[in-house]
Amino acid sequence: LKVINCCVWDPSGEIFELKAELNSDKKEKKKEAVKKVIASMTVGKDVSALFPDVVNCMQTDNLELKKLVYLYLMNYAKSQPDMAIMAVNTFVKDCEDPNPLIRALAVRTMGCIRVDKITEYLCEPLRKCLKDEDPYVRKTAAVCVAKLHDINAQLVEDQGFLDTLKDLISDSNPMVVANAVAALSEIAESHPNSNLLDLNPQTINKLLTALNECTEWGQIFILDCLANYMPCDDRESQSICERVTPRLSHANSAVVLSAVKVLMKFMEMLPKDLDYYGTLLKKLAPPLVTLLSAEAELQYVALRNINLIVQKRPEILKHEMKVFFVKYNDPIYVKLEKLDIMIRLASQANIAQVLAELKEYATEVDVDFVRKAVRAIGRCAIKVEQSAERCVSTLLDLIQTKVNYVVQEAIVVIKDIFRKYPNKYESVIATLCENLDSLDEPEARAAMIWIVGEYAERIDNADELLESFLEGFHDESAQVQLQLLTAIVKLFLKKPTETQELVQQVLSLATQDSDNPDLRDRGYIYWRLLSTDPVAAKEVVLAEKPLISEETDLIEPTLLEELICHIGTLASVYHKPPSAFVEGSRGVQHKRLPARAGSCLLYSPAASHFMGAGLGVAPAAMPASLGGAPAVGGGLGDLFDLGGGVGMPTGSYVAPKTVWLLAIKAKGLEISGTFARRGGIIQMDLSLTNKAMSVMTDFAVQFNRNSFGLAPAGPMQVLTPLSPNQTIDVSLPLSMSGPVMKMEPLNNLQVAVKNNIDVFYFSCQYPLSLLFVEDGRFYRQVFLATWKDIPNDSEAQFQIKDIHLNSDVASNKLQGSNIFTIAKRTVEGQDMLYQSIKLTNGIWVLAEMRIQTGNPNYTLSIKCRAPEVCQFVYQCYELVLKN
Amino acid sequence: MIGGLFIYNHKGEVLISRVYRDDIGRNAVDAFRVNVIHARQQVRSPVTNIARTSFFHIKRSNIWLAAVTKQNVNAAMVFEFLYKMCDVMSAYFGKISEENIKNNFVLIYELLDEILDFGYPQNSETGALKTFITQQGIKGQHQTKEEQSQITSQVTGQIGWRREGIKYRRNELFLDVLESVNLLMSPQGQVLSAHVSGRVVMKSYLSGMPECKFGMNDKIVIDKQGKGGTTDDPGKSELGGSGKQSIAIDDCTFHQCVRLSKFDSERSISFIPPDGEYELMRYRTTKDIILPFRVIPLVREVGRTKLEVKVVIKSNFKPSLLAQKIEVRIPTPLNTSGVQVICMKGKAKYKASENAIVWKIKRMAGMKESQISAEIELLPTNDKKKWARPPISMNFEVPFAPSGLKVRYLKVFESKLNYSDHDVIKWVRYIGRSGIYETRC
Repeated sequence: LKVINCCVWDPSGEIFELKAELNSDKKEKKKEAVKKVIASMTVGKDVSALFPDVVNCMQTDNLELKKLVYLYLMNYAKSQPDMAIMAVNTFVKDCEDPNPLIRALAVRTMGCIRVDKITEYLCEPLRKCLKDEDPYVRKTAAVCVAKLHDINAQLVEDQGFLDTLKDLISDSNPMVVANAVAALSEIAESHPNSNLLDLNPQTINKLLTALNECTEWGQIFILDCLANYMPCDDRESQSICERVTPRLSHANSAVVLSAVKVLMKFMEMLPKDLDYYGTLLKKLAPPLVTLLSAEAELQYVALRNINLIVQKRPEILKHEMKVFFVKYNDPIYVKLEKLDIMIRLASQANIAQVLAELKEYATEVDVDFVRKAVRAIGRCAIKVEQSAERCVSTLLDLIQTKVNYVVQEAIVVIKDIFRKYPNKYESVIATLCENLDSLDEPEARAAMIWIVGEYAERIDNADELLESFLEGFHDESAQVQLQLLTAIVKLFLKKPTETQELVQQVLSLATQDSDNPDLRDRGYIYWRLLSTDPVAAKEVVLAEKPLISEETDLIEPTLLEELICHIGTLASVYHKPPSAFVEGSRGVQHKRLPARAGSCLLYSPAASHFMGAGLGVAPAAMPASLGGAPAVGGGLGDLFDLGGGVGMPTGSYVAPKTVWLLAIKAKGLEISGTFARRGGIIQMDLSLTNKAMSVMTDFAVQFNRNSFGLAPAGPMQVLTPLSPNQTIDVSLPLSMSGPVMKMEPLNNLQVAVKNNIDVFYFSCQYPLSLLFVEDGRFYRQVFLATWKDIPNDSEAQFQIKDIHLNSDVASNKLQGSNIFTIAKRTVEGQDMLYQSIKLTNGIWVLAEMRIQTGNPNYTLSIKCRAPEVCQFVYQCYELVLKN
Repeated sequence: MIGGLFIYNHKGEVLISRVYRDDIGRNAVDAFRVNVIHARQQVRSPVTNIARTSFFHIKRSNIWLAAVTKQNVNAAMVFEFLYKMCDVMSAYFGKISEENIKNNFVLIYELLDEILDFGYPQNSETGALKTFITQQGIKGQHQTKEEQSQITSQVTGQIGWRREGIKYRRNELFLDVLESVNLLMSPQGQVLSAHVSGRVVMKSYLSGMPECKFGMNDKIVIDKQGKGGTTDDPGKSELGGSGKQSIAIDDCTFHQCVRLSKFDSERSISFIPPDGEYELMRYRTTKDIILPFRVIPLVREVGRTKLEVKVVIKSNFKPSLLAQKIEVRIPTPLNTSGVQVICMKGKAKYKASENAIVWKIKRMAGMKESQISAEIELLPTNDKKKWARPPISMNFEVPFAPSGLKVRYLKVFESKLNYSDHDVIKWVRYIGRSGIYETRC
């Protein structure tokens, strides 16, 4: 019957024939048949029907045949779990084979068979193999623990394999050590909070010894693991660096890059005035340059990393500009990356050379590359002031070539140069205007229109030029339309007499005929401004523009720090944190650079670990007057007679201020405060009271690392000195970009406040609702599935007692604190509210609140993948509902 | 770690597919084919992210090798592994071609099982692999217990690249210093960038486990010794004219057999070599490079339909030495309709398919010069874009090291066997080749 079944879906009879051959008595024929099966498997044909026949060939002394059968098993065991059991016996027997190669083969293959029943049988052989006398078997078994953990983590923990694996770090054989390190690192990654890779100076010493002796791959595993270690002090950091530097001469580029990662990271801890620090910097340049003579793909990886290194420590490669010159035959991806680095390294010292190169590149074939080269010339002009003139003339030369995309790109960058150096190069406008007709890309058209509008008073026929664009207004892209609207309004404000008609025309085009809300809004604003108060209009529209920054495309510093910790990996190639492209828990852990020892000197030694990384890095220059934003919003509301309060949340609950720092403990400074979340901005409201006899000045504030990375978004603005008995209220905006460390309790925040007298420390606790973000509405459709997906043991139940609100009022109140009710169900007089919360770090919290009519006690069930937050979420519910 | 490894032919058909991780599905095989192999555009990056899966690929002739992962792997390691994989395959069956891969697919699967475990690269030295992964799969049974443990200790051991018990009747070694000299010169003859990337390739046929020590005229070593009082033997200098005793090496990297910590502390190069041919070291120099040829271009546009090109090459080394295989490649515009060439030496031809005039000279002695002139007729076009004028490139081979590197010694010690350093026959050869040797015009 089986045979007939086969024939039904096997019209060519191939499977049937194979079956016969597999059951042949002749060994050679059998082997050939298995080979054919594997070949079919490779091209994607389904040969799972042959499972029993192939498994029958497993018991053989022929190693090659055995390996083929194993290969088949690994592929199909999952789809035929019951039959896969047939193979167990052979595996267990092979694990006892006198030949170490066969023992290893068996344990290696068994780990790849993802069938629960088989894993159970795997434990005993694996335990033996982990203690095998032969290092080849041990190194294979070490990796097998990681395989098993991937299938059944609990089993691995229960069986104590993790401890055995830890013991293997002290193995006499370097390759066993390397594989054990790799396996442990992988397992530790999926348990971010476990102390699995318990790195201490002793284990580090073992790893460094194994580093000298193991294969190139093993060296990579060990170096990548070392990079996760935090040395206790600068001396330890230096001694590790000294033992890692020889790796920079390894032929394998990955070894070199991983060594660079360790050095870049540990270097953070070395004081800059140390001689060794300078030596190390010098040692880093040559190997990085050597990476550029590797194959193209590796060059690409190296260049992406060098791009990061150059941003973090420009001094390393500042003299190596020439090696980044583009070669005619480089693949395009190498060319583009080299160009990027050239711009980063451009300085007054080498600008002449760089410009000569860029000009050369602008005549190449690849359009993207040419565009980037032209753009690079513009960036040089902005970066190196002395070169601006030469850059502009180079750009003008390029415009003369009349190559369409070159001209357009040049115009886009010239616009930026105008903004950077006002009133300097406007003489070239005439040349630019000649090319008006050839511009067909939105960005270039928009740039050109901006230039015409901005310098309308110097261009005689500005009105004609702009009018010519108006004809096809509706066919333009939004970018161009917006720019055209602004430019014409500028023109009108500068030459009101001749252009009244034009401005009328553009305003009506923008407000009446367009369905783009941005365009309409901008049109209305201009219209009202112009009709109500032309003087104000002039002030707004022709306001002095802020200077554009020199380095617009630098990677944001905290991201850069994280990426430096990932040198050599995919994250450094994508320039994205792993969480952006890795699924599951693996990517969640953010890595940070260690703090420099020297930066703590400002404070008392006892506080050195406390002040951490913050002080070395200048806080992002964010004006503290963020309150400006809502004000503008309000103004707009008035303009459109929107009235207040539409769709506005009622605002979150703010607890009254409590005293955090007593005057007697802080030489007369008393601090009380609270936290608030206003319009998505987290603020710490502080009252500083001077209870001492003398004036206090020079206030500054720092946070210790904390669970959610809260940090001041700007300096504390205490502008006037605080005289005795005076109280001053300060609102400090907070960002979430600080260093992260889990605190106990979770919402604990340790703060240091400095003034002219001393530094004071206190700790306070913030309500977790501070971190509930405004877009915390979970998808209704997937709520249930996610709820079920989170294991029940991470569900937490709470009672909220003595609440006399109906469910609608309660959910409105909660919504004010960004706890969103996304569904409601009423069952037998009981209201069930399903709610979601999202924390600033992306953690989702799901909750179910049961309200029985007449019962003042609510039941709250909370589920979250990070169960430790549940308790604090419950506290927020209490706080919000009771106030 | 690496989740899977696929090999495709130029049409995108899968030749080898091995999946190591559960998160990589069969659809990954197709995703790469559709998005990369069949993509119309030229390859814009060797790393591609498709639907949260990252693909690393390299190409060998028309074969694609792709490694796949969903994790944040060490990207440099993945590429190094792919190259290594190619080396291993070539060592087993020669050129990497569709036919060879199809004929050896069982072997390839066996290798992939051995050198990549759960996506972690394992020992991939061919010397070691060949002892237990063979085409005669039955070898396993005939090994004695000692042989087996020897294999495993070699695969996992500190000297994974060499097996014990090697015997030669004649102990012999060959050293090739192979350099490629790279130049980018402006039309005015200004050196924009120049560097030598060199390799020391060793072929060793030595018995036992010989301990070797390699010495060259590294400036740092010589300066240190100079202080100590020892002087270098001047008779060894083959390139006497330059009088260069030592050279500054910018950076060097070594085969994994070299003890790196020893190099770091004492700058001495000591190792136990693999058997047969391997690359001992690579190095890079940028100072005082001898540029064997100078190219002087002159391009004149005569009206819109004619170009006049004159190129002079000058050889810049000792007259007694001969450069070989000289080739000068002068690019011509795409709208070239005809070319007339006159050259003093060698043969020159216009190759329309390559858009270039190729001028070949078999041999040329040092301190000579030669010249080519050409008239290029152009078809009138209304293409506004100017001709990009690619650089003039050059190929050649010279019998010396343009960096000035010299081998001072290679000492061999094998204490257990009865041969000494004097009994080893040693050969040294220097070859300088052009790398990317370009002059803009």
